[in-house]
Amino acid sequence: MNTVHSERRGAFIEGVRDQLPLVLGVAPFGAIFGALAVSVGIPAIETQALSLLLFAGSAQFIAVGLIGAGTPVFIVLLTIAIVNMRHLLYSIALSPHVQELGVRWKIPLAWLLTDEAFAIASLRYQRSGTVQDHWYFLGTGLTLWASWQVSTYLGITAGALIPASWQLEFALPLTFMAILAPGLTDRAAWVTALTAGVLALVLANLPLSTGLLISVVAALALGAGIQEAESRHEEQAGR
Amino acid sequence: MNYTRLDYWLIILGGMLVTYLTRLSFFSIDPDRLRHAVRRSLRLVPAAVLAAIITPAWIGDITTISWRDPQLLAGCVAAITAWRTKNTWLTIMIGFAALFLFTWVLS
Repeated sequence: MNTVHSERRGAFIEGVRDQLPLVLGVAPFGAIFGALAVSVGIPAIETQALSLLLFAGSAQFIAVGLIGAGTPVFIVLLTIAIVNMRHLLYSIALSPHVQELGVRWKIPLAWLLTDEAFAIASLRYQRSGTVQDHWYFLGTGLTLWASWQVSTYLGITAGALIPASWQLEFALPLTFMAILAPGLTDRAAWVTALTAGVLALVLANLPLSTGLLISVVAALALGAGIQEAESRHEEQAGR
Repeated sequence: MNYTRLDYWLIILGGMLVTYLTRLSFFSIDPDRLRHAVRRSLRLVPAAVLAAIITPAWIGDITTISWRDPQLLAGCVAAITAWRTKNTWLTIMIGFAALFLFTWVLS
C-alpha cells in the first residue's frame, strides 16, 4: 500500500518537474494575455475567469482579439470551437491510455489537456507506460494551470498600469506572428496562411465578422487540397 | 430588400457551387482517404485562424491604408523577424521596438 502511495507521489512530482521548463515559455504569455485583455476593455474578473475556466491560451488570445474588434458572441464561440478542434487529435491520441480510468479521473484530465500537457504526457505514455502515469499527467497539467493563473493575474495588474500610448494591443498580431511562423514548414501551410490572411483583410467589413469564418474555411479547403494533391503525387512517384 | 442583378447571380452561382460540390464530394473522394485527409488537415487549422486574425489587427481597414502607419511598418519588420528567426520573444521585442521608432519618426 505504501509503495503504491509513493509511486503515485513520485509520478505526480515527475509530472510537475517535467512541465517546469515549459512554464518558463508559457508564463510570459499568460501575463501578455492578462495585460492585453484589460487593455481592450475586458473586466479584470472576466479576464481571470477566461484563464481559470476556458484555460486555452490561443483561444483566449483570439477571444481578446475578436472582443476588441466588437465581434458578435456566436462568431467568437464558433472561432474558439474551430481553433480548439486540434484537441480532438489530442483526445484521440491519449484515449487508449485513459480508457481504464473512471470518470473521476477523466473529467479533470480532459480539462487539463492543453497543448503543453499533451506534449509532456504523451511522451511519458510512449516511453514508460506504468500504471501510475495518470498521476504524472495530473501533475503536469496542474502545474501549467497554476502558472497560467498566476501569470494572468500579474498581467492584469501590470496591464492596468501601462499607458495607452504604448499601443499594447499591438502585442496581439505580434504574438500571433510568432506563434504562426514555426508552423509554416511547407507549401500547404504557407498557402493556407497567406490565403486566410489576405481574405480576412479583404472581407474585414462583411457583417457579423463572417469574413473571418469564410477566410478560415476557404484557406483550409485550399491548403488541404494542396496537401492531398502533393501526397498523391508522392505516392505515385514512389511506385 | 431590393436585389441587384449581381445579387441574383451570387445566389445562382454560389448556390450551384455549394450544391454541386456536395453532390460531387463522395464521388471523387474515397471515404477512407477523406478521413486521412481531414486528420492531416487539422494541423493547418492554427495557421488559417491565426493568419485571419493577424492581418486585420495589423493592417486594419484596407480602404484607408497608409504607408505612414507605424503599426503597418512595424508589423512588416516583425513578420520578417518571425519568419527568419522563428523566435517568439525576439519577434515581440523587435516588433515593439520598431513600433516605438516608427511612431516617433512619423509623428
